[in-house]
Amino acid sequence: MTSTYSHAPGFIAGDRPKIVTSRFEHADSHTLERFVATGGYLGLRAALSRPAQSVHDDVKSATVLGRGGAGFPAGVKWGLTPQGVWPRYLVVNGDESEPGTYKDRLLMERDPHQLIEGCLIACYAAGLSHCFLYVRGEMAVAQERIAEALNEAYAAGYVGKNILGSDFSLDIVLHWGAGAYVVGEETALIESLEGNRGMPRLKPPYFPAANGLYGQPTIVNNVETLANLPWLMTNGVDAYTAIGTKTSPGTRMVAVSGHVVRPGVFEIVNGTTTFRDLIYGEEFCGGIRGNNALKAFVPGGGSAPWFTSDQLDLPFEASQVGAAGSMLGSGAIIVMDETTDIPAAALTLTRFYAHESCGKCTPCREGVTWLERILSRVVDGKGTETDLAQLIEVGESICPGDFPHASNEALGLSAVPFPYKMTTICFVGPSAYVPVHSALTLFRSEFEARITKRTMINVTAVSVPA
Amino acid sequence: MSTTESNIEPASQLDPNVVSMTINGKAVLARKGEWIIAAADRTEDFIPRFCYHPRMESVGVCRQCLVEVEGPRGPMMVVSCMTPVAQGQVVRTDTDIVKRAQEGMIELLLANHPLDCPVCDKGGECPLQDQAFSHGPGESRYIEEKRHYEKPIPISGLVFLDRERCILCDRCTRFADEVAGDPLITFIHRGNNTQVMTFPDEPFASYFSGNTVQICPVGALTAEPYRFKARPWDLQQQESTCTTCSVGCRTVVQSSRNEILRYQGVDSDPVNWGWLCDRGRFNFQSTNSQNRLATPLIKSDDGLKPASWTAALDETARALRHAQPGSIAILGGARGTNEDAWAWAQLADVLGVEMRDAQLDDGLPAEIFGYPGATIDDACSAATVILLAPDLKEELPVLYLRLRGAAEKKKIRIIEIATHDSGLTRYAWKSIMHEPGNQVQTVQDVLSAPEIKEQLGRGRVVLVAGRSNLAELAHNTMAAVDSIVTTVAQVSVLPVLRRGNVRGALSLGLAPRASNDAAAILEAAANGKIDCLILLGADPLSDVPDADLARRGVAGARFIIAIDTFLTNSSAHADIVLPAAAYGEKDGTTTNLEGRVTDVVQSITPHATSRPDWMMAAELATLLGNDLGILTLQDIQARISQTVVGFDGLSVSVAVRKNGVLISVPPVSPLQVHHEAVTKRNSYEYRLVVARKLYDEAVATAMSQSLSALATGAGVYVHPLDLERIGAKDGSSVRISSTGRSVVLPVYASMSVTRGTAFAPFNQKGVDIRELLQATDGVTDVQIANIS
Amino acid sequence: MSRLTDAHVTLAKEIIGRYPRPKSALVPLLHLAQEQDGYITRDAMVHIGQLVGVTSAEVYGTATFYEMFKFEPVGKYVVNICGTMSCALMGSEELMHHAEKRLGIKAGGTTADGMFTLEHAECQAACTEAPCLQVNYRYRYRLTPADLDQLIDDLSSERLTHEIPPHGTVAKVRQHIPPHLGVGAVEPELVTESPVWLDSKAAL
Repeated sequence: MTSTYSHAPGFIAGDRPKIVTSRFEHADSHTLERFVATGGYLGLRAALSRPAQSVHDDVKSATVLGRGGAGFPAGVKWGLTPQGVWPRYLVVNGDESEPGTYKDRLLMERDPHQLIEGCLIACYAAGLSHCFLYVRGEMAVAQERIAEALNEAYAAGYVGKNILGSDFSLDIVLHWGAGAYVVGEETALIESLEGNRGMPRLKPPYFPAANGLYGQPTIVNNVETLANLPWLMTNGVDAYTAIGTKTSPGTRMVAVSGHVVRPGVFEIVNGTTTFRDLIYGEEFCGGIRGNNALKAFVPGGGSAPWFTSDQLDLPFEASQVGAAGSMLGSGAIIVMDETTDIPAAALTLTRFYAHESCGKCTPCREGVTWLERILSRVVDGKGTETDLAQLIEVGESICPGDFPHASNEALGLSAVPFPYKMTTICFVGPSAYVPVHSALTLFRSEFEARITKRTMINVTAVSVPA
Repeated sequence: MSTTESNIEPASQLDPNVVSMTINGKAVLARKGEWIIAAADRTEDFIPRFCYHPRMESVGVCRQCLVEVEGPRGPMMVVSCMTPVAQGQVVRTDTDIVKRAQEGMIELLLANHPLDCPVCDKGGECPLQDQAFSHGPGESRYIEEKRHYEKPIPISGLVFLDRERCILCDRCTRFADEVAGDPLITFIHRGNNTQVMTFPDEPFASYFSGNTVQICPVGALTAEPYRFKARPWDLQQQESTCTTCSVGCRTVVQSSRNEILRYQGVDSDPVNWGWLCDRGRFNFQSTNSQNRLATPLIKSDDGLKPASWTAALDETARALRHAQPGSIAILGGARGTNEDAWAWAQLADVLGVEMRDAQLDDGLPAEIFGYPGATIDDACSAATVILLAPDLKEELPVLYLRLRGAAEKKKIRIIEIATHDSGLTRYAWKSIMHEPGNQVQTVQDVLSAPEIKEQLGRGRVVLVAGRSNLAELAHNTMAAVDSIVTTVAQVSVLPVLRRGNVRGALSLGLAPRASNDAAAILEAAANGKIDCLILLGADPLSDVPDADLARRGVAGARFIIAIDTFLTNSSAHADIVLPAAAYGEKDGTTTNLEGRVTDVVQSITPHATSRPDWMMAAELATLLGNDLGILTLQDIQARISQTVVGFDGLSVSVAVRKNGVLISVPPVSPLQVHHEAVTKRNSYEYRLVVARKLYDEAVATAMSQSLSALATGAGVYVHPLDLERIGAKDGSSVRISSTGRSVVLPVYASMSVTRGTAFAPFNQKGVDIRELLQATDGVTDVQIANIS
Repeated sequence: MSRLTDAHVTLAKEIIGRYPRPKSALVPLLHLAQEQDGYITRDAMVHIGQLVGVTSAEVYGTATFYEMFKFEPVGKYVVNICGTMSCALMGSEELMHHAEKRLGIKAGGTTADGMFTLEHAECQAACTEAPCLQVNYRYRYRLTPADLDQLIDDLSSERLTHEIPPHGTVAKVRQHIPPHLGVGAVEPELVTESPVWLDSKAAL
């Protein structure tokens, strides 16, 4: 049932429909030989044997949602390019680095040809004449696998001039990053690809689809999004939409980490699987370690407001999670059990965003470090009541107005839905406030305990090792 | 805060380019494409800002200008510096949430900002200080330790950087990259550790670095010449026009206790957009120099001795009275005001002086103004700009900025025809390098190329024409200009003669008559035909390309009257020296290269006993029994506007004080140009190009201590392969010789120099390349021999 | 100290040629420089600026933005221990303390023999395998202090050289586009037409 493969660390296959992980069972899934032997590049052939527009239409009618975080339908995104402006580019976002997220790296390491095939289909359908595959700098093996795959694919005529003898020609250039979380934001990714400091541009006016790489229309798609396309082309729209729900068809890759019995990466049916399934289900994580109680969980990567057991029965579906006060983000669940030191756990995330702030806009550059310093003081047991108030004050300078959070029966809280107002250019600044706000809203007593008692609750480790 | 705002109110609501919107409930008309903040700047609702600058691309980084705009899903918070206006837009700058956001930004900006306002040069004129009071929360709750960096570090000889004060608004870095094209300062590191910095050990060597100091919204960037000199509230200021070169940038002259302390750029829409070059910005130091002439000097047996004005003027009048008819000559006048030039021209008329020239054989004939004229805006909005000019970055820096900006934004295409790479070469659509002297042939070849023809057919063409090489005859350039003007349809000419008021002086009576130009005058003097040579702020020994001719001319003139601010190489040889009031010490008007008349304003009293040039002319005329009838500057201006064709606009004094008034130029029959082909170059020789750099031995630069060290020094530059052929090493000495004369100079390799040519900067400290130049040579070919 | 070697210049030119604008090659070329010297030297930045046509200051601004680039020598093996939430929940701080004790250096330091640099890292996209670390960007998962000791022993005795190259080299395999197979990069200004395949009914 829950087969695991030593060559795909963390991936748990399970007995579920597979769209993007079907080859993970093969140790040599990254080779062209295995890829072609298991239906590889058939999606490309299927696409090229039809007019580009009809391929585009299929992607639109299949509602292939973006898997990078925002969840915008890929087919619609491709259609946002301005009329008659050429050239247009595809930039593949392989800069996976949202805390808790682990899926794109697996797809790049385990099935690079599937991604390449996805790129080819996207470029063909949307008339994109150059593709840049931006891989996170720290992912050495993913870079090697993609480089090998591209070299093979060029030699075999799948990439380059006159692909498969057609008039479709495309270069796919492998580009490495060099370590900067914010580059995962699409406009920062474009800046980085232009050789600049990877700082986000303001949207508007810099919507990549209209004004992206070199000022040209540019589609930025996530790795997992593109990896869906070969299967879609091979099996058709009906087969694709038969999986999942109407608003969230297909599957999604989800990484569940933290205090669960069996942390892992799963390809789940989109829109129907609940958080309870994922955390407690036998075919998924099998419950909390040591039968401990669940304290809280992050439902969609480090930037997502926290949920508690009150939200366990929500399905993995964007609009319901949004209404409940959080977001699905990049498909990452981080589970905290009852032993978790909540202020310290929140600090690990706030520190992450402070470290990764690009420094371009004031509230993020100044505010996030301020948050980190106050929180750090509180965690060290040196905080004051004023510090707790100041955390909220600084947060409101980053995100004025109501801030989303989950409902909580015990605390008598009702949910404030996603999203928030923000004074920053991108989501890094608000993301640093998310854990602070969630932790303070749901677990204020833990902060107060730090302050009033001035006791040091295991300040070195974030949680008591099980 | 920004110095510019367009004052053009949209004409009507029916104009398709006009939208109507509301800001805080009040109706506002705005232009399509405009940002909200620009529209708000025409109302009373001030939106605070730090990174926004109307002459640079918006980046929206400081987040101070957040406002709320009604959207389909309720009010949206947006930055007003990057959100365009729209029809029916509802903007609020005064809601609680906006105030909370704006106060929050101020608090965050102040979190790491040191509270050293009492010792900060910016204190009192600091946007951060001002807006902390107007839009800040009143107090800081930041109790953490602030960021620490080494206190101000020099990032160039002119600019200091204090990173603790910096709020990372991206203005200086954007200016360096986007406006100046010198991205030598940049953000380094990331997040809370971001700082502005140069590359290690590479200074911010930009000709425009002073602008970053002016636009810095805090005291992070300070200019060496102004550091700790004054507090803003002690400064008096007058708007004026810079006359360092002929671009005519608008400035504010700031002074305290009768000393000029600072120039700041003023945004003149048709001219400088608020920018200044560093030479123009910092050469006020020369006005304050201890070396200024204080009293008239009269030559005696043991040199020049101080004298009273009465004695000096009497002596001058006596010399003029006794000169043979036709033996008086006037050189110069291009450094003064229009009024100075006109008064001296009147005196010259009275004296029957035929020999006069405002230029020193280093420009182009005044006929260049006779072609259909173009303005800077015309050039920056033309389809094509043909450059047949010296390196504008070196000679007319702010014109370079304007053209560079237009080319960068793909508004114009530049076709450059030059002898070596210039600042604009990398922005040129086509850059055609030719050997000196071959410009006519080159122009003809270029104009007949199909691709060029097609481009020239795409719309208006502006020819930017000036003297690009002092080692060849001006005639070569004029012939090429003539060739372009007669071949290209829809062409107009922007003449780029560089001296401050050269156009005014030439237009107001100091242009040569017949062929009596500076070279002819000096030749006549050398031949003993000049009894009285008047040097009107002119220094032929330093500025005339043919050094030998200048020397012979100065030696041969029987009596020399010099009107100057300093004792220069030439005025040291004078029989009488009259101390002149400098820029900033007198009122008047000046005419820029476009023919735009703007005012120059007196800010301080003239140094010691010095006087404006025009006053001397008037007094001398009276002494000579020919009262010019002018007692005041206004008298002169009235006479100019009544009597000089094209200058009638001078009376529109309000306009002269803003964007200026363009003189209308009477059509002049074009110069009869007979082009003579130059001789072919011997392949063992190098054809010489001599041109000016921004920083040289010019007196206002040399006498400004912060600028004097920036000159490159004398030398000769050749292509690296030629350097190899010469057998010399970079920096070693070579002998350069031409027709029996030679100089020894250091030689340097430069990729900007075309093979077979040698480039030498003009008027630099060290051995004088002018020793090799002859006024009559079509071109100058030299041999270069390794002697080390 | 060192500019790019001739072999790397050749490679650099190939990389530059893949992009419509040369500046895009900046980060890849900085990796090349770091592969050559183990860190980014001042001269390499000057050289790279010349190769892509930007000022040294621009190279410096870009280079210092990114975590992976080092501007002074680091250990042969850079050990990055993740400390973000998933790893922190699973005991990464303990692992870091153990590493500091074992190597005798604090996070951010380099051992005296120049073998190891220890760094606190942020999320490495292996959250289900917490706590994790990277040695020169090669992963190790679910580490106990004993695993860490073993790893350091193996690295010290150069038993992992087949898998882990010295610091600077990230991927050991490079993309190479044979000229006859590639389409080639074109400056965006020179492309005005829609791609040919959009005009056809079907490409195949």
